[in-house]
Amino acid sequence: MSHELPVSARGLVKVYGELVAVDHVDLTVEKGDVFGYLGPNGAGKTTSLRMLLGLIRPTEGSIELFGRDPHVAGAKALDGVAGFVEGPTFYPYLTARRNLRLLAAYDDGDSRSRIEELLELVELRDRGDDKVGGYSHGMRQRLGIAAALLREPKLLLLDEPTTGLDPAGMRDMRDLVRRLAGEGITVLLSSHLLTEVEELCNRVAIIRKGRIVYEGRLRDLLATAATGFRLRSPELERAKALLLAQPGIGEVTSVDGSLRFQADEEAVAALSIALGQARIGVTALVPETASLEELFLGMTEGERVEGEVAAKEEAVA
Amino acid sequence: MIAAVGKVYEWELAKLLAQKRTYLGLISAILVPIVFVVVLVLQTGGPNDVPLGRYIRDTGLAAPFVVLFFMSIWGLPLITALVAGDIVAAESHNDTLKTILTRSRDRGQVFAGKVLAVLTYTFVAVFAMGLVGLLAGTIAWGFHPLTSLSGTKVSGGHGFGLLVASLAVYFLPLAGIAAFGLLLSTVTRNSAASVVGSLMFALLMQLLGVLPGTESIRPYLLGTQFEAWHGFLRTPADWVPVIRALWVCALYISIPVAAAYLVFLRRDVASQ
Ligand SMILES: Nc1ncnc2c1ncn2[C@@H]1O[C@H](COP(=O)(O)OP(=O)(O)OP(=O)(O)O)[C@@H](O)[C@H]1O
Ligand SMILES: [Mg+2]
Repeated sequence: MSHELPVSARGLVKVYGELVAVDHVDLTVEKGDVFGYLGPNGAGKTTSLRMLLGLIRPTEGSIELFGRDPHVAGAKALDGVAGFVEGPTFYPYLTARRNLRLLAAYDDGDSRSRIEELLELVELRDRGDDKVGGYSHGMRQRLGIAAALLREPKLLLLDEPTTGLDPAGMRDMRDLVRRLAGEGITVLLSSHLLTEVEELCNRVAIIRKGRIVYEGRLRDLLATAATGFRLRSPELERAKALLLAQPGIGEVTSVDGSLRFQADEEAVAALSIALGQARIGVTALVPETASLEELFLGMTEGERVEGEVAAKEEAVA
Repeated sequence: MIAAVGKVYEWELAKLLAQKRTYLGLISAILVPIVFVVVLVLQTGGPNDVPLGRYIRDTGLAAPFVVLFFMSIWGLPLITALVAGDIVAAESHNDTLKTILTRSRDRGQVFAGKVLAVLTYTFVAVFAMGLVGLLAGTIAWGFHPLTSLSGTKVSGGHGFGLLVASLAVYFLPLAGIAAFGLLLSTVTRNSAASVVGSLMFALLMQLLGVLPGTESIRPYLLGTQFEAWHGFLRTPADWVPVIRALWVCALYISIPVAAAYLVFLRRDVASQ
């Protein structure tokens, strides 16, 4: 059964000289997952994905994509797999259409109608006869998606697909990923954006300095985070006094001109009534959904105090 | 397998045809014989101390042979290196290896397609130069019998056959330079370094051949094989240099190609 897994990597290690870029990483992606591979800059996300795609040889460990090892089976192991690492690249002196036709030929297919369909999908049909050398970053990114979909993949590996896109481009890219997942494509996407992973992914692995510090369901991770609320008011002092006196409200702190506290929903409802009765104006009373962010920071930077050297390194970076 | 390599080959050619350096190389290969003939038409005197140089104005057939001689020193090696040194390095430069190596082609098939494309380019450059030289020479001096290196007269038709055979043999040492360029291109991942490096290799092979004390190894130097075609222009034909060129060049081609193949199969495709 395990050989049916889209991705199953065990004990992946990649060493560059002195640097252990990826350190005993296990990754399991199941059919239908939208799997988020989360980590800060230099954590080893791209290096991991390169190993999965057979581009670099792991120093140690094994990889199976639908049961086949790309470092043993070669291109055959990539049947049904598509994606890109570190931004898609193309031949700058060929047009987008020609680039796609070249890649289709490398896949044993040359369906022009499919190419047109995909250019339409990524909104590049009008620009398809322009050389890719003149493409903007966002256009290249979209063409990269088209190039990946040309293979009609069952598994998509995307390395920071929204990096460098403008807000509209990010939204479109996320919509597309969601749509593809809806069509049954398994997706593994790396990111350093929590909101993105939160929005798209059902499962996550968090990597820090080459090591996985969390792997599992996103929901479980969120559940471990304490739920908090944030209150904003023009009369912060009075509001704070009221909060401290209110039952069911704890850990009240002032942060950046607003108040943070822990409470369950009932207590918050009661609080809003109390605030109204005390004629204290409220400009915002919102649940703290950024708790994943805090969790993430805690996990990826928590062990920072490993001695001065480590601290200095971080400071330079 | 063959169909798979064929597809890669086809697109490697398409890529070459979309790049300026390919045209730079091929146009140089065509311009050199034209300029050569034009200069000789405008001037008196000629290249009397090179093979067939004395007969340059007797027949257009002599022109391509004389051009071959001059171009062997660095002209054609440079034209060859220009593309051979770039064929893998350009993929590194554009970071496109990751794009094509994550499709359905094995690395070996991609590599084979590239080798074939480089050899095709080299072949076209040699024949374009030879045939344009013949055409230019014929326009200038007519298509008449050729005086062979043994002093006998060879009919025009026969002479043309000898030219084609000579170009084919002349292609072999150039293919050796192409193979060396391909190896550098794979190992250094740097186009300029590979072009310069292969040209240096070609010049070194020529230099070794003219230094004193190298007589014993001279027959096996790559540069020497550029003269193998002289064998065809003797009566009777002297097959010794031709046969030697065949196996010596086979080594100069296969060893770098095999080394490049192994590197290409194993290399990490990572940002540099
Ligand atoms: N080819 C290489 N040679 C040497 N070191 C490398 C190489 N590629 C990556 N590294 C190092 O490995 C570590 C992990 O890099 P990687 O690119 O995988 O990080 P990442 O998680 O993708 O980061 P980012 O979010 O910035 O893309 C880094 O410290 C990087 O410097
Ligand atoms: Mg990266």
